[in-house]
Amino acid sequence: MPSILFYIFSAIMCLGALMVIFNRNPVASALSMLLSFISLAAIFIGLNSYLIGILQILVYSGAVMVLFIFIIMLLDLQKEDKDAFKPAAIAAGIIIPIVLLIQLASVLHVSHQDEQYSQAPELELAEAAKNFPEGSVIATDLSAGKLPDVHLIGHYLFTDYNFPIQVIAVLLLSATVGCVVLSKKISS
Amino acid sequence: MPSLNEYLFISGLLFCIGLTGVIVRKNIIVIFMCLELMLAAASLTMVAFTRFNTVQGLPDYDGQMLVFFVITVAAAEVAVGLAVIVALYRARQTINTDELTSLKG
Repeated sequence: MPSILFYIFSAIMCLGALMVIFNRNPVASALSMLLSFISLAAIFIGLNSYLIGILQILVYSGAVMVLFIFIIMLLDLQKEDKDAFKPAAIAAGIIIPIVLLIQLASVLHVSHQDEQYSQAPELELAEAAKNFPEGSVIATDLSAGKLPDVHLIGHYLFTDYNFPIQVIAVLLLSATVGCVVLSKKISS
Repeated sequence: MPSLNEYLFISGLLFCIGLTGVIVRKNIIVIFMCLELMLAAASLTMVAFTRFNTVQGLPDYDGQMLVFFVITVAAAEVAVGLAVIVALYRARQTINTDELTSLKG
């Protein structure tokens, strides 16, 4: 990803995140979060993580955002607009993140000065093709100089990460059951 | 191409903005959105590390799998969290954190 695109998308991302905080209207906050996440997906794609970028848009900007807006509309929050900021909370909200940022900047200042991290290493696709069975889609794409991101993630998902994905399935099932139980009307 | 430090700094900046929101805002739904921002910042860190640490010529896919699972768990968390908020609103008619003090001793 060229540097200029990285700076543009980072600026949009941080601007969207700031607008989440400073908008009084929750719907406007939700839409600012959408802006922030779409820019984040662009940065992911710039880092050669195509599937993660697409998932970020599909899951966050699609599903999660609709859920948020749905709940905001359902709860009818117009009278909750008097969201006055308290001086103590504002002071804490400014000081704690600034201390964190200064700490981070000073750590980054003294570390990773070597060549390896100043530039992303080149991907050696033809080299990597040798590790996959000949004639498979992954090997063919890699030798053609393309990065088959989705195929590679699928490959790892069903080999090395077979157990975690089944645990995730159980987690999603229990979350679904939990939602149904929580939103059931309690009959007395 | 930007350096790893720039990616890490931007991710830290996003995390700090999310943290500010969690501390400053009173509306539970907006607090929840800021939590999502903090999770996304952590994902950005991991994706940057996968790209800068190549394994046999490819990006290190272990980090991307971790991000994949983080996104899945975050989606489940949002669903359950919003169900809790709806139940809370039904019981108390408010989602302002200043008025939800029944756990205060």
